[in-house]
Amino acid sequence: MGEEIPKKVMNKGCIFLFIVICLYVLTLLIKTDIAVNALAFSIKLLYQIFPVLLLIFVLIFVSNFLVKPDWVRVNVGKGSGVRGWLVALVGGILSVGPIYAWYALLRDLQAKGMRTALIAVFLYNRGIKLPLLPLMIHYFGGIYTLILAVYMTLFSVIGGILLEKILERKEPSQ
Amino acid sequence: MRKIKPKTQSELLISSTKKTVSMFVGMLPILLGVILLTGLILEILPVDKVSDWFGQNILFDSLIGATLGSISAGHPLTSYVLGGELLTQGISLVAVTALLVSWVTVGSIQFPAEAIMLGRRFALYRNLLCFIFSILIAVLTVTTMQLLG
Repeated sequence: MGEEIPKKVMNKGCIFLFIVICLYVLTLLIKTDIAVNALAFSIKLLYQIFPVLLLIFVLIFVSNFLVKPDWVRVNVGKGSGVRGWLVALVGGILSVGPIYAWYALLRDLQAKGMRTALIAVFLYNRGIKLPLLPLMIHYFGGIYTLILAVYMTLFSVIGGILLEKILERKEPSQ
Repeated sequence: MRKIKPKTQSELLISSTKKTVSMFVGMLPILLGVILLTGLILEILPVDKVSDWFGQNILFDSLIGATLGSISAGHPLTSYVLGGELLTQGISLVAVTALLVSWVTVGSIQFPAEAIMLGRRFALYRNLLCFIFSILIAVLTVTTMQLLG
C-alpha cells in the first residue's frame, strides 16, 4: 500500500503556501499589476494542468490499488537491473504535465521501494519532450536535437547513479 | 499473534480511494504554492531583456544560460523561442544549449515542493547535478556537432 502524506509534510506544504501568499500580498502592495497578472497566469496554469492532475490522481489510485511493493521491487527496485532503468527512462520521457504534479506518485513508489537513482532518471528524462521534438528540430535542426537527446538520456543515467552514491555515502553520518 | 484478515476487493477499493484522496489533499498546498510562485516569477523575470546579460565569453555565457534556465519555469516552448532569438543575436550555441537543458531539468521554483515530497538532500543534490550537467551537455553537444561537421 502506498504511503499517505504525513502531517509533517502537510504542515511544511501549508507553510510554503503561506510564504507564497505573503509574497503575493507584498507584491500587491508594491506593484499591484504584477500581482494581479501573476495571479491570472497562475489560475490559467491551474486550469491547463487540471487534466494532468486527474491523470496523476488515477495513476496514484492504480498504484495504491494494484501496485504492491513486490512489483515495485522487481520492476524499479534495487534488483530491477536493466528493466528498472528502461522503465524509469521511458516513463520519464512519456510522462506529461508539470514535474511537481508527479512528486506524489514518485513519493508513493519510493515508499514501496523504488530506487533513488531511478527516481532521478525519471525526473531527468522528463526534459525530453516528445511532442515538442518537431518544434525543437524546426528551431535548432534534426542533428542537434538528436545529439542533445542522446546526451540527455546518457547523463540521466550517470546522474541517477551519482545521486544514489552521494545519498548513500552521506546517510550513515546523519 | 493475531492473524491479519486479508482485505476483500471492495475493502481494498475503498481503502485505496481514501488513501489516494488523502495523498492528493496533502499535496494540494504544495501544488498551489508552486503554481502561484511560477506565476509570480514569470511576471517578475524580464525574459525579453535577457539577451543583454550575454556576450562575455563562452564559459560565462554558459553559466548565465544555465542559471537563467534554472530559475525559469515557463513552458519549454518559451525556451526554444528565447534560445532561437539569442542565437540570431550572436549568442553562442553552448550558452543557448545550457539554457535549454537547465530549463527542463533544473527546478529552482519547484525546489521547495521537491524537497518536501522527496527529501531535501535528494532535491538539493539532484538539482545541483542537473545544473552542472546542463553545461557539460551543452559543451559536448556543440563539440559533437563540430566534429560531425
